[in-house]
Amino acid sequence: MTAPTPQELVEHALKASRSQACTVLVRSSTRANLRWANNTLTTNGVMQDVTVTVVAFHHGAEGTSTGSVSATAASLDQVGRLVEAADAAAAASEPAEDAAELVTGDATADWAERPEETSIDVYADFAPALGESFGRATAQSRILYGFVDHEMTTTYLGSSTGLRLRHVQPSGHYGCTAKPTDLSTSAWVGGSTRDFRDVDAHAMEAELVRRLGWAQRRIDLPAGRYDTILPPTAVSDLMIYAYWTAGAREAHDGQTVFSARGGGTRIGERLSRRPVQMFSDPAYPGLGAAPFVTATQSSNLESVFDNGLPLARTDWVRDGELTALLQTRHSAGLTGQPVTPYVDNLVVSVDGGTGSTDDLVAGMQDGLLLTCLWYIREVDPQTLLLTGLTRDGVYRVQDGEVTGAVNNFRFNESPVALLDRFSEASATGPSFSREWGDYFPRTATPALRAPDFNMSTVSQAQ
Amino acid sequence: MTSPHPIDRTFTALPYRRMAEAALARAQDFHVSHADFRFERIRSQDISVRDGRLQGASDTEDIGFAVRVIHDGAWGFASGVAMGPESAVRITETAVRTAQVAAAMTTTPVVLAPEPVHHDVTWVSSYEIDPLTVPLEEKVELLASWSRRLFDAPGVAHSSGSLKQVVENKFYTDLTGTTTTQQRVRLHPQLEVFGTDPETGAFDSMRSIAPPAGRGWEYLLGTGYDWEAELEALPRLLAEKLAAPSVEPGRYDLVIHPSNLWLTIHESIGHATELDRALGYEANYAGTSFATLDKLGSLQYGSPVMHVTGDRTVEHGLATVGYDDEGVQTQSWDIVRDGVLVGYQLDRSMAHEHGAALNGGRSNGCAYADSPGHIPIQRMANVSLQPAPDGGPSTEELLSRVERGIYVVGDRSWSIDMQRYNFQFTGQRFYRIENGVLTGQLRDVAYQATTTEFWNSMEAVGGPDTWVLGGAFNCGKAQPGQVASVSHGCPTALFRDVNVLNTRTEGA
Repeated sequence: MTAPTPQELVEHALKASRSQACTVLVRSSTRANLRWANNTLTTNGVMQDVTVTVVAFHHGAEGTSTGSVSATAASLDQVGRLVEAADAAAAASEPAEDAAELVTGDATADWAERPEETSIDVYADFAPALGESFGRATAQSRILYGFVDHEMTTTYLGSSTGLRLRHVQPSGHYGCTAKPTDLSTSAWVGGSTRDFRDVDAHAMEAELVRRLGWAQRRIDLPAGRYDTILPPTAVSDLMIYAYWTAGAREAHDGQTVFSARGGGTRIGERLSRRPVQMFSDPAYPGLGAAPFVTATQSSNLESVFDNGLPLARTDWVRDGELTALLQTRHSAGLTGQPVTPYVDNLVVSVDGGTGSTDDLVAGMQDGLLLTCLWYIREVDPQTLLLTGLTRDGVYRVQDGEVTGAVNNFRFNESPVALLDRFSEASATGPSFSREWGDYFPRTATPALRAPDFNMSTVSQAQ
Repeated sequence: MTSPHPIDRTFTALPYRRMAEAALARAQDFHVSHADFRFERIRSQDISVRDGRLQGASDTEDIGFAVRVIHDGAWGFASGVAMGPESAVRITETAVRTAQVAAAMTTTPVVLAPEPVHHDVTWVSSYEIDPLTVPLEEKVELLASWSRRLFDAPGVAHSSGSLKQVVENKFYTDLTGTTTTQQRVRLHPQLEVFGTDPETGAFDSMRSIAPPAGRGWEYLLGTGYDWEAELEALPRLLAEKLAAPSVEPGRYDLVIHPSNLWLTIHESIGHATELDRALGYEANYAGTSFATLDKLGSLQYGSPVMHVTGDRTVEHGLATVGYDDEGVQTQSWDIVRDGVLVGYQLDRSMAHEHGAALNGGRSNGCAYADSPGHIPIQRMANVSLQPAPDGGPSTEELLSRVERGIYVVGDRSWSIDMQRYNFQFTGQRFYRIENGVLTGQLRDVAYQATTTEFWNSMEAVGGPDTWVLGGAFNCGKAQPGQVASVSHGCPTALFRDVNVLNTRTEGA
């Protein structure tokens, strides 16, 4: 028996629904990964998944209510049961406060195409090279730990209003940590990729060796505020958190750093005196993301009524001014602002920012260079004060050169405050958040130099 | 107490036994040294309310299966969602193919510690009412009414509420003949109120401290928790917090309520005593541990009043199960005894390599995968701090021993470094203690310490009457990322001379 296609699952659900309107999302994905530690492979896997979400809309006397049911589903029978559950949930719910007209439209040209897939063979070049790295690491008293992951997800969105949309999302990332066999220090490199053709295991190993070399001289420094270079990965670590906090509804209700004292949001307020740009763009080269809304349930950040709404470049911060927050059509009505839904990528740039992290290092007299940040959590929503730790390499910079490795620190800093306090920025390029990159791999950020980064206490971790 | 519920018939009607037979038979064709087949159905429902109205409700069902093999000393794992023996065979072949690719990079052959065979056993967690059988209208009505009551209270600008419910069914079988079928239920209700200080414009919130629990819908009806008292108190507690003075940073004695201390235990003891972390398997992601294997039996983890257990059997625990995802019957054991490190959490492969000194060469049942699409890894048991034996002090008695200190209630922000040394925690509310008496709330408090210094500063633990089983739904680990639920029981405890920060000045 042949499994039904995603398109057949969509059409079956729409036909089976007894509600007045219905939206169906099918996500077909395959994923392949390798994980290693102590110079040996530890786990691996190839996963296949098909998840169907049925959102039923029930028009009652007091308004429209919804029911949203998601499940792994690979047969028409399974989808039929999903539809029944969604219809029942919609009929049982109270009217939705975010109710709006469903998005209308037709089928796009690629609607009939099959899902795209990945397999373990995506590592055909990478895996043998990694095996060679294990051998060299063992011979040269290093230990390697790491992970590579590649996923292809094809999303199909169909609705009773005629919409038939399809999007293919490749996502991949790599990361490798190296330590000498005495575990006295640690180095990390990582990045995102769409197909692994641009990931070179030998280059990854060479950069790790360079960084471990920097750590041959150990320097202990106390807590304090330091002139600090945050490379793009660390900037990404912080700015993703700011983006995820930028919900208009919560800001308007007075609950976030983007809330205005006395009511309303801070849209229109200058967050930085510098020409900082922060935006999302589904068509950004190399960071392509879904060009339409795909919401499986309503929340402060998304609405099931907005499914299929087209997405375009959205400026969140333009020339240092807060210009938009994450808006559903419902929250846009509440706040009197344009509709600017969540987009699955983020770009931060500074006009005039040039060169690389190494160029910022070359211009520093005395300060610190981070590798990445870790265990980042919100301490104070009013200022978006975040705490977290440096990880896998903090380096002392003197007269434009890295002169040794410093102990790790706990930091307490706000990314919003940093946007106004940085002193230099590099050019913007693809980056990968150490903490959030597994879930949000599509970022481009500059390196930033912060003249007074708050290293709150020393961490003994190595 | 064992639940009277049988395994859900809608689960047992699924074709997993035929699929398992086909998968294991195909695996044997490749002369694997181990093969297991796991079939799971995880049903969940999330409901959120805001200002007395439904904001969103969604149901999710994750159903699928996984095959794991050891072939030529290497792991191979694959998972799929299509039902039927043919699909199981195809996924088994993919698992073997993956092991063949992995073999070239596997320098240490994988071997599992032996385990007794359990022939077709079942286990069901302890609950009264399956929450997914309760009509959605009834649940929304209760949550919305609670949210509305809070929203209408004086001084509350907004209220929010959420309820997560999970019913998990799992079937496991392997080539040795072990076959287990299990069912467990858990849920997590949360309520929060938000307000603004009319004079300063500053805003803050106060969240419920009700823990997530391995219970059914009866939990929302008052079994195991006093919701009426919590709902009554939240608006007043928020008003007090908004008017509270900012803390003076410095060193204070802390009396910490279980609603806060469970999370400190989770981060600084639970994760630090996972053997996979200590061995480096999480070095690229979740991190390693300062509590390395060479310190077993000698590390003075904390003061002599510190007794910590790992336990996958405690009733209503979020990590409680009858058998783990490698067919190991679950257990309880000591991790810290009289302040000294004496045990770890481990799975079968780690038990083979390192378990002789830990658990007689056996796993202590800590393998778990959070979905059919993920490979089992070593996950946390319910790791709990034991109360003082023979009665022990009450919270009031602990407070009375403090001349200048802070009483910490509820969790909020948490962070710890990659080897579990340096941590920083905030909370829901902080009360100034002066000469053994609470004298009002403080704001902007965070406590920061190093794990062993902190636990060695623990002067006293409260008695059994102060002990609460707290926990989390969302403990993250591994690559690809997995999320697990885990409980941590603890009494109120007294710590001396802990570093307290003012979070407002930290961010200035």
